[in-house]
Amino acid sequence: MNDAQIIKIMASIIAQSAPLMLAVTGETITERGGVINLSLDGTMLLSAMTGFVVALQSSLMLQGMGIEGNTLPVLFGFMAAALVGMFAALLVAWGSIKLRQDQVAIGFVLTLLLANMANFLGQNYTSIPGPSVKYMPIPLLKDLPIVGPIFFNHNLAIYLTLLVVGVVWWWTYKTQPGLQLRGVGDRPESAFARGIKVNRLRYIYTAIGGALVGIGGATYSLSIKIGWSDNHILGIGWIALAIVIFGGWHPIRGAFGAILYGATKALATELQKTFPEVPVVLFNSLQWFLMLGVLLLAGSKGLQQLVDVAPKPIQRSLARSLRVAAPQALGKVFTED
Amino acid sequence: MRVELQDIQKIFDQVRANDGISLVLEPGRIYGLLGENGAGKSTLMKILSGYQQPTNGTIRLDGQDTSFSSPSDALCRGIGMLYQDPLDFPALPAVENYQLAYQDNLLLDLKSGAEHLRAYGQRFGFAIDPHAYIDTLTLGERQQAELIRLLSLGAEVLILDEPTTGISAEQKEVLFNTMRHLAHDEQKIIILVSHKLEEVQQLCDEVVVLRQGKLMGTRSMPSPTSELVRLMFGGEIARAQKQLFESGRCVLKMEHVTVRSEDLTIQDISLTIREGEVLGLAGLEGSGQQVLLQACAGLLPSSAGKILLDDATVKGKHSGFYWIARLAPGVFAIVIVWLLIRLFGGHIAGLDFAGGAAISLLISGLIWLIGTILVAWTDQSPYHAFQQRGGAYVPAGRLEEGLIPGLTISEHMALAAPTHTFVVDWEQIRSQTVDRIQRYNIVGQPETLVDGLSGGNQQRAMIAFLNQPLRLLLLEHPTRGLDVTSTNWIWELFQERRREGTAIIFTSADLDELLEQSDRIAVFSGGVMSRILNAGETSVDELGHLIGGQEL
Repeated sequence: MNDAQIIKIMASIIAQSAPLMLAVTGETITERGGVINLSLDGTMLLSAMTGFVVALQSSLMLQGMGIEGNTLPVLFGFMAAALVGMFAALLVAWGSIKLRQDQVAIGFVLTLLLANMANFLGQNYTSIPGPSVKYMPIPLLKDLPIVGPIFFNHNLAIYLTLLVVGVVWWWTYKTQPGLQLRGVGDRPESAFARGIKVNRLRYIYTAIGGALVGIGGATYSLSIKIGWSDNHILGIGWIALAIVIFGGWHPIRGAFGAILYGATKALATELQKTFPEVPVVLFNSLQWFLMLGVLLLAGSKGLQQLVDVAPKPIQRSLARSLRVAAPQALGKVFTED
Repeated sequence: MRVELQDIQKIFDQVRANDGISLVLEPGRIYGLLGENGAGKSTLMKILSGYQQPTNGTIRLDGQDTSFSSPSDALCRGIGMLYQDPLDFPALPAVENYQLAYQDNLLLDLKSGAEHLRAYGQRFGFAIDPHAYIDTLTLGERQQAELIRLLSLGAEVLILDEPTTGISAEQKEVLFNTMRHLAHDEQKIIILVSHKLEEVQQLCDEVVVLRQGKLMGTRSMPSPTSELVRLMFGGEIARAQKQLFESGRCVLKMEHVTVRSEDLTIQDISLTIREGEVLGLAGLEGSGQQVLLQACAGLLPSSAGKILLDDATVKGKHSGFYWIARLAPGVFAIVIVWLLIRLFGGHIAGLDFAGGAAISLLISGLIWLIGTILVAWTDQSPYHAFQQRGGAYVPAGRLEEGLIPGLTISEHMALAAPTHTFVVDWEQIRSQTVDRIQRYNIVGQPETLVDGLSGGNQQRAMIAFLNQPLRLLLLEHPTRGLDVTSTNWIWELFQERRREGTAIIFTSADLDELLEQSDRIAVFSGGVMSRILNAGETSVDELGHLIGGQEL
């Protein structure tokens, strides 16, 4: 394998991880606010289907009106997918905040319902070609050595994904509203005492998170595996839920988790090519073992020891970036009295 | 700022938590708010700090009528409350905790935040590392961080709710000095909510005493301890004739017992209690009475000394299964391996020696697993042994420890039965429950959930679940929160039991109750037990002094 091949694989890992990154980022801000949206997998299926179908139908419609080009239809597709995601997330938030029902139960039932809905409503659209996000290498930047082909040789959806991760990180850690978001998920009663409208914030961030999850679904059907088929997204909603935990509810670490997942998958494919005599199942399960190992490491005292042996000046920032703290009020209903 | 509370009333489903309280608080003074648990202190302070609205009454700030819509509203007008468990964010560094909801700027400026935090800290003698996470700070440091926040937001009135519980002596000293400075030099109002007399005496200029939701009086300090105790607990005593138990069989004997609990150690306790005797334990909440009861019940291990129930120590037992379950797997493995070698020359059922050994190991593991489960199931804990020997412990927290919310009265009855059958005979349990409900005068049906019962009925239910007969009955605040009729009724039940020979140890915050119901009284103060007094020969004054930690 030569350098060019490796770079190509890495570029494809970034591209393939985009839907997962979006879902992880969305769920991260939802959970930061204290709500668990367990309906991720169903939401992504339905939004992937909706995104593709809306893009396809609107492109046909626009063609009928004499307007060519895929840009508008794809945009419509993404908007519809975001709405689907937002709607599902608001159902979870409403059930938990207003009806005071168990978030886990609502999310679980919802995911099954939405997945079946997606397969049912999308049955006439399986395996047909349709519009996709336009390939758009960034001039100048794409010619940078190594970095260029890995990060700047994709379509617009991938760039936006990376941008979203950055913006969400900046919002959560560098702004006052982001600080309030972290506070609400950590200890809502303290937030309330400081005059923050806890449940209103929870609605807002659950909706935004849901929209990102929906966009993630559409990214899959409009940029990765274009089109629609039964159970199109292959369970990445569940994987996203695991990666949120693995990423310690931190957007950047969550994105790394998503890329790591993509990398283990690519590694499995490569290894399979190299050792064709070893059963396929073994390589497919390799990524799970890798994920499990990293999860165990993240939860163990090994990390603390790593911090202890690190040079003094970077100890604090290292400890800070490795700190894993679940939002303490995650999944708990807050009532203002 | 001058604060006036006028005729404040707060009613929670028919309970008057605050009953017409009027107070004037002047700037530059430190007030102590004194009263036992349930006296209405926290309700009053929650009303003043905007957490709750009063049912009736007005709050005036500098002569102007005010009502607070929320705690942050109250803080905007200068009233800040420091909770026992400060309302901060464990997952955030101190500086972010300080800046959360502090101003409306979009971007955080952690640098200037850290400088503020340091500068304020220095002004009040607090040293908080701005970059330390809140959950790595001690409770005292968290309080300091929260105080800095309240003061920087312009609090003129500071309410401190039991601030000294769980902080070190040095931190307490710093805290008290800062409070003195804030009141006497900066003209702020400080309100210290406490049930610790000595602290109130150390710090406060004036003391306000509440009892059962009513204002009992205001005293300028210094004021004699006995006076405050009388206001807190009530004074008049009607005393029944006391018996002295010197013969009778000894039920419980403690010899030089030392017990460590999470936050308190009681040391070198010796006492004897005989059949039919009632021992009352007095003292402020958390002075060691509860630790003593839990040690007697086998819920806390004693680190020294002996506790004898009917002349034998209370300890857990391994079941008959224990040694069988522990030894069986090893024996099995050895026997099989030996058989493999001996009889079959290493070959059995087509397996070679290694395969046979592996399978025998596997089966041994299985036996071990089943054995462990059986042992866990059948082993007896010390508390279990205590119960089987005729002991019973009735904790104060009815729904937290005593009863199981979500289960009905008859389900509790089935759990409390002295012998369990594998399949519950609900017919029989139901008839027993109906019987007990009648006898103990509980307002409810066998199918009523215990959390649906009123406080008095829950207490009766807990007593109804006690088995007959009992040797030793341990009671924590058996009549707290009950009205006079229920109290008398419950004590009649206990008196009936003592005539049957049950020995009783109980704790109470009500000195009248202690003097009236017990034969002898022991007073706890900071984990130390006084000599045991004869209830017939002591007085509220003497108890008051002992509760305050002064030996006579």
